[in-house]
Amino acid sequence: MTRRLRLWVLTAGLLATAALYVAACTDLPAFGGSWHPYGDRAVRAALQQHTANAVSSVNFDQRAFDTLGEETVLFSSVLGTVVLLRRTRGEKRVAPGPAEVPAALRRYGLLVLPVTLLIGLYVIAHGQLSPGGGFQGGVVVATSLHLLYIAVDYKALERIRPLGLFELADGTGEAAYILLGAAGLIAGSAYLANTLPLGTFNTLSSGGTVPLLNAAVGVEVTSAVVVLLAHFLGQALEIESEDGAKDGGREA
Amino acid sequence: MHDALIVVVLLLVAAAATGAVLQRDPARQAVVLSALGLTLAVLFTVLQAPDVGLAQLAVGSAVTPLMILLTVRKVRRKGRRE
Repeated sequence: MTRRLRLWVLTAGLLATAALYVAACTDLPAFGGSWHPYGDRAVRAALQQHTANAVSSVNFDQRAFDTLGEETVLFSSVLGTVVLLRRTRGEKRVAPGPAEVPAALRRYGLLVLPVTLLIGLYVIAHGQLSPGGGFQGGVVVATSLHLLYIAVDYKALERIRPLGLFELADGTGEAAYILLGAAGLIAGSAYLANTLPLGTFNTLSSGGTVPLLNAAVGVEVTSAVVVLLAHFLGQALEIESEDGAKDGGREA
Repeated sequence: MHDALIVVVLLLVAAAATGAVLQRDPARQAVVLSALGLTLAVLFTVLQAPDVGLAQLAVGSAVTPLMILLTVRKVRRKGRRE
């Protein structure tokens, strides 16, 4: 294709997209209005299912199958990262040396780490009740562990992050979601159907399968982010080619 | 009052996003991206979507910039050797 033809194709595509976008926008309800047909139905269904956080009810009950897809996207992309960022032939692992950390940073980091970890676990555990859930809390838990890398050094992070266990937990979280879905089939209705007792509204054990699926996602996301960052850290700090000169330490 | 708040946060998001585009150094860009993630999280919270806000805060202002910084470090290390 010549450059001119490509530009014409681009222009046609842009114009068509713009026309469709304008046509779609003219039919949108006004900003901040009180007409929310989908929201009303979703909230009604959430209340019926004794799930205080309507968003979690949508994610893990009304649209639980969509969430299975999302979880699998994360799972497979982490799997891809593990394969792509592995140590290949002609590369070696060089352990990075200990690094100087300013005392204030160390103090602050070690203080914030347990607090962040607790917040993350709280957000996962209360997914069916308040904003947040397995996904958000999982990312918080995973990042909280990495505060140890900032506050102390890479070696300290490696000690509290047994990678094999996290890889196992990643697969377990994914499998737990799929198997919990199958439990719905066995109980007699449909895949991922909410078949458990719904419990008392606004308590930790309410929502039937919602807290269980939420916990499975929490385990999966926590481990997935830890494994993902582990491979990025490994490439950035440890892995270098066989003939390469070592450059120790790390940048602040 | 609430509308004014939304406008202010939208302007902050636009400013941070423009800053991220105008910054050409990837390492600095990651820091601006982190600030953009923060403003987006505030926007989602103001628009009564705290669930999305939390996700944005955790992923957009922590994990993504960290991954960019680590990638930059890897690439620069390689460049220094060759």
